[in-house]
This record gives sequence, C-alpha cells and structure tokens, in this order.
Amino acid sequence: MKWIMVGIIVGSTVLADLLQSFEMKRNVVAVDDLRPGRIGRLLGEFARRGPLILAVCFMAISFFAFMKLLSIADLSFAVPVTAASVVLETVLARLLLKERVNPLRWAGAFCVACGVALLAV
Amino acid sequence: MAAARVVAERPETGVGPNRLDFKTKILTAVVVLANVLGNFSLSWGMKHQAAKLADSPLAYIQTIFSPWVLLGTTLLILWFLARMTLLSWADLSYVLPVTSIGYVFTAFLGKYFFAEQITWQRWLGTLAIMVGMILVGLTTPNTTAEAREHGR
Repeated sequence: MKWIMVGIIVGSTVLADLLQSFEMKRNVVAVDDLRPGRIGRLLGEFARRGPLILAVCFMAISFFAFMKLLSIADLSFAVPVTAASVVLETVLARLLLKERVNPLRWAGAFCVACGVALLAV
Repeated sequence: MAAARVVAERPETGVGPNRLDFKTKILTAVVVLANVLGNFSLSWGMKHQAAKLADSPLAYIQTIFSPWVLLGTTLLILWFLARMTLLSWADLSYVLPVTSIGYVFTAFLGKYFFAEQITWQRWLGTLAIMVGMILVGLTTPNTTAEAREHGR
C-alpha cells in the first residue's frame, strides 16, 4: 500500500508540474501581481487557464494520496521519497518543455536520485 | 556572465535586475518554508487524528477541517501559488532541485518533533539531495526560448 501511494503521488506530481511549468511560461507573472491586494485577481486569472485547472486536479490526487501515505508512514520517509519525481521531471523537462539541461543540472538530478534511493532504504 | 543573464530585466515586470533577483530568492524561500511548515502541520494533524481514513470518505472531510490539517492545507495553498509564480520565472528542472532543501528541513522536523528514527542512510540521502540542489543552483535558472524573448 505504501509504495502504491508513492507511485500515485509521483505520477500525478509529474503531470501537474509539467502542466504548470508549460502554462506559467506562456504567461509570466509580474512581481507587482504578488502584492496582497492583487492575489485574488491573480487567483482568478489562474482559474481561467485550462492547463492549470488540470494541474490542480492532478495535485489534488497527489495531495489525498500524500495524506494517506502520511497516515501509514513516517514524515521523514513520505516527503523525501516523493522526490523521485525530480529525476523524471528533469528528463521530461528536457524532452517536452525544451529546457536546456546542462551537465551540472544532470549531475544535480543524479545526486537527488541517489538521495532518494538512500532515503528509501 | 551567467548571473548577468539570469537577472536581466524583464520588460513585463517593470523592475530592474537586482530587485528581480532579490524577489526571486525571497520567493524561493517562501516556496521552501511554506512547503516544509505545511507538510509538518499536515503530518502533525494526521498523527493526532483518531479517525481512520480507510473507514469512510467522510473521514477525509472531517480530517481536512481539523486545525492542524487546516493550517497545513493553508500553507500548502500558499506554497502552490508561490511555486506557480516561481515556475513562470525559472525552469522546472531548476526549481525542483533548488527547492529540495525543504527535504532537509523536513528531516530535522521529523527527528525533533516526531522523534522519528532517522538512519545514517537517510542522513546520507539528505546530504546527496543537498549536493544536488547546490549543483543545480549553479546553473542558469531560465533557459527556455520564451524566457529569452522576454529578456530574462
């Protein structure tokens, strides 16, 4: 059950992050939009963007699966193990989002992968 | 040179490179702290929740409205908003590893507040994640064509 939850969390997180990154790059948020008085308007704008709504749906799946995981596993296991999504997302960011992932970034992703493997021992 | 490219002024923001760079760092800190504290509150609430989630779907709703879980959820909403904004300023492959410092804070919180057993393997894993974060932190945050068009 524990690893099924981890799989659901990682899968839905990857999809949510890819959708968010894709959509947010198309419409960059200005610094001034982060003022407290404009947060509501910003939220309204986000709510009208299809890919972000879909991303939220995947995040909701991830959230409830994460809640379930927390009830059956340690916090120090549950949070880091979901970092498996970092490696998968780096690969997909390169392939789908056309980000330029240089050797330093690959090395960083590799270190995170090793870290995740150690945390799961 | 890389740093200069990173903090180049973005016309649509109307702010200079130094201010934007500072704001990006602040936002990164907000993303990390909101995530760590949100997860901590959520975990605290879940550990003290008597109802078993497997019993009924209503137990989920009951759990969501317990104080600690509510606080955790609020912080995670803040994290979500801050992170979406950060994703509009930087690559996904940059944001993910750089914000992974949160895992280290989470490990410390788990150890000191929940008395969770953290083996040397987990500490080593935490160290590896930190090294990964530092390596990625040395790269240019935004490499996509769209961002370059905006001058960032």
